[in-house]
Amino acid sequence: MKIIYIMWQRQLIRYWRSRVRMIGALGQPILFFLALGFGFGPVYAKAGGGNYIQFLAPGIMAMTILFTSMFAGMEVIWDRQFGFLKETMVAPVARWKIMFGKTLGGATIAVIQAIIVFIMTLFFGFSPNWFLLPVALLFMFVLAIAFTAFGISIASKLEDMQAFPIIMNFLVMPIFFLSGALFPLDNLPKAIDIITKIDPLSYGVDGLRGALVNASHYGMALDFLALSAIALILIGLGTYLFNKIQV
Amino acid sequence: MEENIIEIKNLTKKFKNFTAVDDISFNVEHGKIFAFLGPNGAGKTTTIRMLTTLLDPDKGSIVVNGFETIKDKSDVRKSFGIVFQDPSLDNELTAFENLEFHGIMYDVPKKIRRERIEQLIKFVGLADRRNDFVKNFSGGMKRRLEIARGLIHHPKILFLDEPTIGLDPQTRNHMWGYIKDLNKQEGMTVFLTTHYMEEAENIADTIAIIDLGKIIAKGTAEELKKQTNESSLEKAFLQLTGKHIREEAGTAKDRAKYQGRMWGNR
Repeated sequence: MKIIYIMWQRQLIRYWRSRVRMIGALGQPILFFLALGFGFGPVYAKAGGGNYIQFLAPGIMAMTILFTSMFAGMEVIWDRQFGFLKETMVAPVARWKIMFGKTLGGATIAVIQAIIVFIMTLFFGFSPNWFLLPVALLFMFVLAIAFTAFGISIASKLEDMQAFPIIMNFLVMPIFFLSGALFPLDNLPKAIDIITKIDPLSYGVDGLRGALVNASHYGMALDFLALSAIALILIGLGTYLFNKIQV
Repeated sequence: MEENIIEIKNLTKKFKNFTAVDDISFNVEHGKIFAFLGPNGAGKTTTIRMLTTLLDPDKGSIVVNGFETIKDKSDVRKSFGIVFQDPSLDNELTAFENLEFHGIMYDVPKKIRRERIEQLIKFVGLADRRNDFVKNFSGGMKRRLEIARGLIHHPKILFLDEPTIGLDPQTRNHMWGYIKDLNKQEGMTVFLTTHYMEEAENIADTIAIIDLGKIIAKGTAEELKKQTNESSLEKAFLQLTGKHIREEAGTAKDRAKYQGRMWGNR
C-alpha cells in the first residue's frame, strides 16, 4: 500500500511542480471546444441536433483525459532515459505495485485536468446535469485509468521518445477522432460505426454524455461495463509488460 | 554464515550475436571488498545488471546472499544497494525527496529512515542543499547523493559501478574512507568496478579482471603483480588486457542506436 501511495505521490508532486506546463496543455482542448463548438454550432442546430456546445463539452473532457493519461503513462520512457527507472526496478517491491501506483497517479492528474476543462466549459455556456456529476467523475476516473495503463504498456516496449510522434498520429489521434467525441454516433456509415464501437474512448465519451447532458447512445450501464472491462484488460497488459522490462 | 556472499556459475549473456559475458564463474567472499576490473565493453556492467536482477542471464546461475537472482528476485534486491554507472536520480525531486523515496521503497521505518538520511546527507556534504532540486546539481553532487541513497537501507552488499568518475580527489578519498569503515564495522561486502587502478590496488581485498566477456585473472593486487612480473597493478592490467583502445556499446541510448530500432524486444 505504501509503495502504491508513494508512486502516486511522486506523480502528483511532479505534476504540481510542472503546473505551468499543465496549464499550457489545457490550451488545446479549449481551442477545440471554442473553434468547433462555436464554429459548427449553427450548422449542428440547423440540422436539428440541438445545442452543439452541450454535445461537445463531454467529448472535450474525454479528449483531455485521453491526452493527459497517455502522456502520463508514457512518462515511463523519460524515467528510463534519465535512469530513474533503474532505481525503481532494483527496489525489493512487486513490480505490479509500482505499475499500479503510476497508473493511479497518472489517472488522478488526468481527472484533475478534465475537471479544470469542465469548469472552463461552464464559462462558455455549458450547463451540465449537476445531479449526476459524481457519475461523470467516476466515468472520468475509469477512462483515465484505462489510458494511463495503455500509455505504460506502450512505454514498456519503447526505448526512447523517437516513436512518440508515431504513437500520437497513429494511435492517440485516431482514438480521439473516431470516438464520437465530436459527432453523434447515430446513422453512421457502417465502417465508421464498427470503428467507433471498437474505440474504447467511445464508451467514455458516451458515459460522460449520459451523466452530464442525459444523452447517452449506448446507455450508461453498457458504457460503464465496457469501459471497466477495457480498463481491467489494459491494467493486466500494462502489468505484464511492465514486469518484463529489463533495464 | 556462508563463506561466499556471491556465487556465479557459468554465467553467459548474449545480445543478438554479441556475447557480452561468456561463461564466467567466480565467488565473492563475505565481508570483502571486491574489485571487478576490465576495459570498456569487457562485460562489467552487464555482469552487474545480472547480479542486481535487472537482466536475466541466458545461461548459468547467480546466488546473492543465499538467494538465486532468477527465482528470489525480491530477496536478492533487499540484500544490496547500488550506485549505477549512469545517473539514476529523479531530477524533478529534491535531494531529500530522492532519499526519502528510496527509504520508503526499501521499507526502512520512518524514524530510522530520517536519522540515516540526516547522517548520510551530512556525510556526502549535501546537508545545506537538501531541499534543492537535483536538476540543479553538478555531476559530482549527483554522484554523492546516489552513494548516500545506496546506503540508506544498510545493504549487505554494495555494488558500485564506476562510482568515482567525475569526483575530485577529496571526495574520492572521503568516500572510500567511509566505505572502508562500513565494510569493517558492518561487514558490508563491496563489489566495485573502476578504471582507476591505484584505487583498486588501495582498497580491494580481491581483484578479478574481465576482458571480452571472460575472467582472465583473479587474486590480490600483489598476486596479480607477481603473476605478470610488473611493478604496479596498472602495468599488470595492461599486460593482461593489451594496449589497444576498446569500443563500448554502453548505455541504453547507445544500445538503441546500435541496434538501429526503436522497439525494444530484446
